[in-house]
Amino acid sequence: MLYEVDHLTYRYEGTCALHDLSLSIPDGTRVALLGANGSGKSTLLRLLDGLYFGDTGSIAFRGQQLTEKRFSEDEFAFAFRREVGLVFQNPDSQLFNPTVFDEVAFSPLQMRWPKAEIRERVMETLDWLRIGHLKDRAPQRLSGGEKKRVALASVLVLDPAVLLLDEPTAGLDPRSQGQLIDLLIQWGGGAKSVVIATHDLGDLKDTVDRCYVLDSGALAAEGSPGDILDDRELLERSNLVHRHRHSHGSEEFHSHPHVHTRE
Amino acid sequence: MTGHHHGSGRGGFVENSIQGLHAAMDRALYAEQNASAKGLLQLLDPRVKVAALAGFILVSAVTSKLWVVAAVLLVATSLAALSRISLWIVATRVWLPTITFSGVLAIPAIVLTPAGFGLTATAQGLRTAGMLLLRAEAAATLALVLVFTTPWTHVLKALRMFRVPVVFVVILGMTCRYIMLLLETAHEMFESRKSRTVGPLTRGEQRRVAILSAGALLSRTLQLSNEVYLAMQARGFRGEVFILDDFRMTNPDWMAVAASVSLCVTLVWAGH
Repeated sequence: MLYEVDHLTYRYEGTCALHDLSLSIPDGTRVALLGANGSGKSTLLRLLDGLYFGDTGSIAFRGQQLTEKRFSEDEFAFAFRREVGLVFQNPDSQLFNPTVFDEVAFSPLQMRWPKAEIRERVMETLDWLRIGHLKDRAPQRLSGGEKKRVALASVLVLDPAVLLLDEPTAGLDPRSQGQLIDLLIQWGGGAKSVVIATHDLGDLKDTVDRCYVLDSGALAAEGSPGDILDDRELLERSNLVHRHRHSHGSEEFHSHPHVHTRE
Repeated sequence: MTGHHHGSGRGGFVENSIQGLHAAMDRALYAEQNASAKGLLQLLDPRVKVAALAGFILVSAVTSKLWVVAAVLLVATSLAALSRISLWIVATRVWLPTITFSGVLAIPAIVLTPAGFGLTATAQGLRTAGMLLLRAEAAATLALVLVFTTPWTHVLKALRMFRVPVVFVVILGMTCRYIMLLLETAHEMFESRKSRTVGPLTRGEQRRVAILSAGALLSRTLQLSNEVYLAMQARGFRGEVFILDDFRMTNPDWMAVAASVSLCVTLVWAGH
């Protein structure tokens, strides 16, 4: 099993962000954490990445408990960071280096890779994401879509076994969203583990094997994308769909549940 | 954020100051157009530029001869011209502001006599004031030439290669980055406020808005800096930073080193 979350509770500034959460993520699967804003998806991703630690309960990564004590050991911390990559929702928090090249080289440098290998891997990753021409630009000066790609490149350069993505398509135009989804589908030949936190229900069937629905920090449901998307009552209850009021030319308005997808 | 270009606007003092600071930082840190122009200094290794320009600043600081400082200013101006930096830009962005600020400091020196302050200007006072002004102009022109012909990132890397401690260089880089982000956020907050305000605000209201904005800005900045730290940790940061050093010295670089060293030594020797 890749991750085993067992009765996890996490409080942040007095608020219970996650409550008694238990779930398992098998190795090699693509998983979506679905939920409205404030449902605890981003917090769970950070817990899965060993950036936060639960108040009670536990998280195990391939059988090893993720605790503060374990992360204080260099050997464990480096091995985990090499295996697991997190792409933040806001690329501005992830891009802090002077150039795109330096940004992507940051992680391999921290891992003390040989410099010749770093240069080669950085260029390979930039070319794969079709942003090689931006390598000397300041990341902060790029467009939203370019920033997202650089943030993704800065994580993919290590070729991690597990990719954690926080709202990867948020704020992107439809074309960039589609391109990003295509890249994620291609990444690692489809054999890697991916955990995507999102409230966007479009493309779910193509991109993930399993969905977990979070509602107010608790697990509301889990199942295949088809099962989850067909359960309108669950989606409405979890604020993943809303009732959409409109008229068809006449003055009378009516409403029905409405899902936001990119199509 | 992609490059903003702010007009002078009609906001309050705080808003206009933030816009001005943002535009100045933007020009200084992201002068990509100038840095990629085909001028003399753009062809040189950043390490050579940092060392040579620091050398000239040192010469103007240690000399007691007015003509030596004037010569350094002439060198700086020539370098600007040879690097395709418009002299109008040098004049308006460096000479004028420097003479304004340094002039205030230099005025008392004009009437300074060995016995104290007098009522008339003295030759010694004029010389001291001239020295102060010329030194400030020379140093500021050299700094502008460096920043306008070298991507800021390369300046930071060059500093690192001169054994300036990693922590200092990283903090300097991130400080500049976050001053920009802070100014951009502040600017967006002012724009957002403006879009929801009808008619001009009174001075009192402007002050109140500025105070409230400062609080909100501080909170956002703290949140963002916490996120950045988490992002660094997530990518393997364990308290020590490593960087790639990929500069290569070429023949023009060695020639520039030889020319700068000769000129600096000659100026120091001649002014001794």
